[in-house]
This record gives sequence, C-alpha cells and structure tokens, in this order.
Amino acid sequence: MNYLDEFRDKEVVLGLAERIKGLTAGRTRPMTFMEVCGTHTMAIYQYGLRGILSPGVRLISGPGCPVCVTPIGYVDKAVAYSRLPGTIIASFGDMLRVPGSSSSLMEERAKGGDVRIVYSPLDAVKLAERNRDRRVIFMGVGFETTAPTVAGSILAAKGLGLDNYFVLASHKTIPKPMEVLTSDPELEIDGYLCPAHVSAIIGATPYRVLAEKCGIPCVVTGFEPADVMQGVEMLARQLAEGRSTVEIQYSRVVKWEGNKKALEIMAEVFTPCDAEWRGIGPIPESGLAIAGTYAPFDAERVVPVEVEEPREHMGCLCGEILKGKVTPFDCTLFGKACTPEAPVGACMVSSEGTCAAAYKYGR
Amino acid sequence: MCVGVPMRVISIDGSDAVAEIDGVRREASLMLMGEEVRVGDFIIVHAGFAISRLDEEDAKETLALMREAFKPEDLA
Ligand code: SF4
Repeated sequence: MNYLDEFRDKEVVLGLAERIKGLTAGRTRPMTFMEVCGTHTMAIYQYGLRGILSPGVRLISGPGCPVCVTPIGYVDKAVAYSRLPGTIIASFGDMLRVPGSSSSLMEERAKGGDVRIVYSPLDAVKLAERNRDRRVIFMGVGFETTAPTVAGSILAAKGLGLDNYFVLASHKTIPKPMEVLTSDPELEIDGYLCPAHVSAIIGATPYRVLAEKCGIPCVVTGFEPADVMQGVEMLARQLAEGRSTVEIQYSRVVKWEGNKKALEIMAEVFTPCDAEWRGIGPIPESGLAIAGTYAPFDAERVVPVEVEEPREHMGCLCGEILKGKVTPFDCTLFGKACTPEAPVGACMVSSEGTCAAAYKYGR
Repeated sequence: MCVGVPMRVISIDGSDAVAEIDGVRREASLMLMGEEVRVGDFIIVHAGFAISRLDEEDAKETLALMREAFKPEDLA
C-alpha cells in the first residue's frame, strides 16, 4: 500500500503549492474555489492546506456533508419513528447526534428507544431478518455514493421476501446545488473541486453543464492532501489560461462514465424528486424518492407517524456555512455553546461538517 | 459518512468480498460492481459496498505528474 501513502508526501504538497503560486501571481483578488465534498473539507483542515494556499487561493466549503444538509424535519420524523412500539431504527452513526427540534436519536436511545448504529445498509436488512416480529426503519441519508448502497439493501430485502424492512429516504444528488450556488453573485466561485466518491458513481460528465454553460472550471479531485493540491493547481491553470472544462484529477478511481451498474440499481429503486436543502432551500429534482414499485419499503408511505413542527436553533449559522458565505469562526456559539460533544447544529456533528472540522483542526 | 476507503480484496465468495487495509478487515458487497473484481485488487469501500476499483497504474501516473511539479530549488 506504500505508493498510496505518497499522496500525503509533504514535498509533493509543497511542490504543487509553488506551482499554484506561480499561476495566481499578479491577480487582484484571490481565486475562489469551492470544495463540494465533506471529505475534502476534512483533508483541507487536517493538513492545513488553506494556510499553504493563501493568499493566492481562497477555499470555501460547500454543501458536501450529507448529514448537514438534511433538514431538521427529517430528524424530527426519525425521532417520532423511534417512539413507535415494535420499531428498530437503524442508522449510520453520524445521524444519531444531529439535534432535531426538541430531541435527537441519541436522546431517544437513552430514553429506551431501540436505535442501532450500522456500518452498512445490509446490516440493517440482517436486523430485519433476525427480528421478523418488529419493523426496522433505516435512515437513508447521503448523496450518490450512498444512495446505490441503500438501493442495494432494498433489493436484498425484496430478495429475502422481508415485509418489515423500511427506508426513510432523504437522499440528495450533487450537481444541482452546485448550479444554484454558481448563480449566487455574493459567492463569486471561480472553480469547483468536484467530489471524489460521488463522481465514482455519477462520473464526470454531469459537471459539463457547469463548465460549458456557466463557464466554471470543474476538477474531480481525490481527498488526499496531494490530490487536493493538484486539483487546485488544475483549476488555477484553467483560470490562468482562460479555459473552463471538466477534468479528472482522481483518475485512479473516477471514470468519465461513472459506475454504470450502481447507476442502474439506483435508477431502478429511486426516482428523482424535489428536495429541501438545509441552508439552501428547495431545489427541483435534487433528491431521490423511493420509486412506486418499491413503495412497500418506503417508511413514509407505509408507516404513518405524527411529527412535531420543525424549529431551527437560534444563532446557528449552519445554513450560511453550507453556502460557503461564512466560516465557523463567524458563529458566536462556535466552541462555546456548540462543540462536538454538545452540538447545536448539524455542521458540528458529522466529522465531515465544516464546524466539526474547524473545531478539531483549528484554522 | 460519505467516506470511502481504498482496501485490498483478500477473498471473494460469490458477490461478497472481504477487504483489508492497515490490518482492518471489512465485508464488502460486490453487488454494485459491473466489472470483475479479483483477489489482490484495490477497491473503494463505502458503507459495506465496493463502489469502484482503484487503478494502480493510473495512481502511479498521477504521482509521477505530481512529482514533476516538485523542483527542490523552488523551495530553497
Ligand atoms: S458552530 Fe454550531 S451553532 Fe455555530 S454554525 Fe456551527 S453548528 Fe451551528
């Protein structure tokens, strides 16, 4: 595995930084690039890449943390489900601490709710298989990387003839919010570091609209520090040369056409729908709903529940942070009333959240 | 949550593989893989599924390109 460690080599990172410096020299304002993927955000904070890149390049974090963009009403619904008798909630660990309007799955578990953390959606199917007298509801949150795995779990449950496995689906798709942010004049985005593993599924062609119609350079970038630096270098080169195209830096994993099989499975089980993005608002055709044929696995269709009115938390700037308009350090609650142990907003919960990354690794 | 990890395939049984990285082993379903996966390949594992293969030749080419950028005299 040695050669993969080389993507963390300090000399390579600094060598690329020099090149970027050359490309950004003499410009009146810093090149502003948005990293769309939560994993990029983590790497950028962890390896202090912002410091290395400034003042020529300004990196802003985008809406790439799936837990963070999930509306509070979804958490409230999950909480309501966890209170139903005979119900097991299965979820990736991140969702548990996300505060809802008045409770979280973690709090419900402490009060006796049966809330379990699973590593794979298939583990949730196994839970349903072992507990045929109870219903298992899986929290289907995530982008195109995760949606095919959840689709796979529904196909597996169908194959096993299970009638007690359900998904509360809130999947979102990535290219659309990028188009929305691009047209925001306040942001002045000069280029996108496109997500690594979302693109492993969808490929690189969906970004063509952004590059060709909106004139914004796009580079599909890996998430090791040298990957991020090379991605920035490729973006800076496009800008310096006055080009805007889609390029793949992370070619060891991402192909232009993506993963056809995963896309097929995703299209079989899900159908595009309008979706609400925390901080950004509703975006047409930016979500995935369970298709009619798979309605028996759709928690919202099959298991009715009463949910409280959603209430956002006062003072939390998550919404603005997800649009890249402010940084965590602009939030008066940051590190004081809001910490990873006691998060106020979703951005402080997930390790990919901008506030959590800023808290852990500092500026 | 969206974190996918490169891991090496150490065994395959039908559409289920076991993959390993730094001594950690994980089951990885091959359900989402259209292309053939063999023992010894690197795959990206996300939430219990292999979502892509990692092309070793390509990785080495990328590294070579990165190294070209590195000129020691620039850093002095
Ligand atoms: S620090 Fe906490 S309260 Fe402030 S924006 Fe981030 S998550 Fe919200």
